[in-house]
Amino acid sequence: MERTPVSTNIIKNRNVVADDWSVLRLNEGDSADSVSIPAGRVIVPFSVWTAQRAQLLERAEIGVWLSSDAQADVVKDDLARFSLIAVDFPKFTDGRGYSIAYNLRTRLGYNGELRAIGDVLRDQLFYMQRVGFNAFAVRADKDINDALKGLTDFSEKYQTSWDEKTPLFRRVQRQALAQD
Amino acid sequence: MYRYDQYDHLIVKERVAQYRDQVRRRLADELTEEEFLPLRLQNGLYMQRHAYMLRIAVPYGMLSSPQVRMFAHIARKYDRGYGHLTTRQNIQFNWINLEQSPDILAELATVEMHAIQTSGNCIRNTTSDELAGVAADEIIDPRPYAEIIREWSTFHPEFAFLPRKFKIAISGAEQDRAATAVHDIGLHVVKNAEGEVGFRVLVGGGMGRTPIIGSVIREFLPWQHALTYLEAILRVYNQHGRRDNKYKARIKILVKALSAEEFARQVEAEWLDIKDGPATLTAEELQRIAQYFTPPPYETLPAGDAAFEAHKADNKAFANWLKRNVKAHKVSGYAAVILSVKKTGVPPGDITAAQLDFVADLADQHSFGEVRVTHEQNLVLADVKISELFAVWQAVKAQGLATPNIGLLTDIICCPGGDFCSLANAKSIPIAQAIAEKFDNLDFQHDIGDIELNISGCINACGHHHVGNIGILGVDKDGSEWYQVSIGGAQGNSTSIGKIIGPSFSAQQMPVVIERLLSVYVQQRTEEELFIDTVQRLGITPFKEFVYASPIPTGYTHGEDACVY
Repeated sequence: MERTPVSTNIIKNRNVVADDWSVLRLNEGDSADSVSIPAGRVIVPFSVWTAQRAQLLERAEIGVWLSSDAQADVVKDDLARFSLIAVDFPKFTDGRGYSIAYNLRTRLGYNGELRAIGDVLRDQLFYMQRVGFNAFAVRADKDINDALKGLTDFSEKYQTSWDEKTPLFRRVQRQALAQD
Repeated sequence: MYRYDQYDHLIVKERVAQYRDQVRRRLADELTEEEFLPLRLQNGLYMQRHAYMLRIAVPYGMLSSPQVRMFAHIARKYDRGYGHLTTRQNIQFNWINLEQSPDILAELATVEMHAIQTSGNCIRNTTSDELAGVAADEIIDPRPYAEIIREWSTFHPEFAFLPRKFKIAISGAEQDRAATAVHDIGLHVVKNAEGEVGFRVLVGGGMGRTPIIGSVIREFLPWQHALTYLEAILRVYNQHGRRDNKYKARIKILVKALSAEEFARQVEAEWLDIKDGPATLTAEELQRIAQYFTPPPYETLPAGDAAFEAHKADNKAFANWLKRNVKAHKVSGYAAVILSVKKTGVPPGDITAAQLDFVADLADQHSFGEVRVTHEQNLVLADVKISELFAVWQAVKAQGLATPNIGLLTDIICCPGGDFCSLANAKSIPIAQAIAEKFDNLDFQHDIGDIELNISGCINACGHHHVGNIGILGVDKDGSEWYQVSIGGAQGNSTSIGKIIGPSFSAQQMPVVIERLLSVYVQQRTEEELFIDTVQRLGITPFKEFVYASPIPTGYTHGEDACVY
């Protein structure tokens, strides 16, 4: 069992805030049904949630994280039980987490905290917030205040996603600039 | 053609600022090269053998004359005086400094251009028919849909880190000139029995290591649903495409593993949730975009022109050019002119700054200021008056862009290969040049007739070798460069993947290999047959037998031992 304090700060709802949740990751040799879960606010892997559900339900607060190969559907019956749901990005180039987030929000109607964990970097934050993430545990070796700037790279977008339900062509009157 | 409005300008401007800051952070070591790599790739910047290469998006191949002049300017100011037209209708420059790349993008933005998503594991530039809007066999002009897809795919937040690159092609004519069958998604704009417009949707075509022809997953998708249906396909692929092996990560592998039927079922299930939602296209939006593609102010002209007919009768060189490089137009008195960027002695698709300026001026004088790039790496002036063809030919000839070889042996599709590309196993340009030199005789080429010779320097198949009637693939054998030859590939309505004829050859042997393949064709053809027809009728065996019947000298004089296959 490895309990990594992700960082003492995260970005949440576009602000840098202190955070005391920790992420439980299974090490080699750990098994989901026997790993011990520390007290306090812990985000457990989905496999641990499944294996130790009964005792985890007794906690006041619990978070769960999904690996990038998971489908959003796996948590559909338990959404109300989580204080937060996290999606892991093992590498920032693994884009499956974007579809997981989109499905959690739009298909399953999840409206609690949705946190990106793992290889979370400034230059992907704009896309991440568009598909439904509202919290970002920026990789610990990066400057979180710098990363915050990534949320405002663009002020307009063409297509729909979680953040913008109406495409540009339905939202505004588009017109060509004067032809030269 | 399409013009930016304030929103397009804003998004491109913000992209330049974002990218400029990314470059600054890389140079300041705030970003590691590993972190920067996917960012620069999604802006078309590759590290090549000698320098950075910048690939600029030419949406569905359409250019205005100011854009062409901007390429000339970039070639002079930031490169070595020339650019290279690509098989995705884009242009790339091979000698770029990282530090200057944000300035190039800022200059491009002034003429409504960018390099967004011209590389990386995202949705690439959508390609289309170079004769869109003018082809005599057109059913529906595909360009408004291509522009709609361009906007939708630009910075799509969910699909920026796909398992692998993703390419869409769209065609709206009887003849498919956009190679739709070898794209991740191929769209055919069609009309159903009620006369309504929609798309036949193909998925899972591709070249590369595993060439596969796309499967139709929907015979008719009403046009309003284009974006939601594309979104459904991409969502299934993003979640289920393989990520453990880059050679098995394209959508074609997923479609093959699941079967086209099962893949289609998953897409339809995904689509049900978003169908008829806000992303459904509106008639107003289609109209807004379609207005940019209305016909230019054509004059009412007779079909023929006496002076033109006289030149055609008197001047064999002009007649040859007309036969190969001029295509039928749907408006009487006009023709589409293909400028050959395949002159012997010049790498296929390479064009100089002076030629680019010349083409821009020519387009202004003779073709409503528009130019198109073809996926065969040539240029098109789509709307030239037949009465002006002779003058255009003389001007074009003086610039070395009138080689009458379109569709012939020396109209070779060729990737940059080992001379530039760091992925390449072998050089491709010198092979193209050696073949072009050996068969430079135009009478011979005209006798051989339509034939597609495609060369790729590696298995990624940028040179489309799988669909060449003759395909040449550079391979690495024990650290040296060899060439594998296939025949029988074809693009268009009867797309097929070529078959490998046998063991590979050295560079020096290649012109003789081509000569032998052609001599089998010349001996065996019936009067009406093209090379591809003869290959399809006879199979590869007679070609293979003749090519390997006797040793081919390697070009080095080391006695018999030098004659290897």
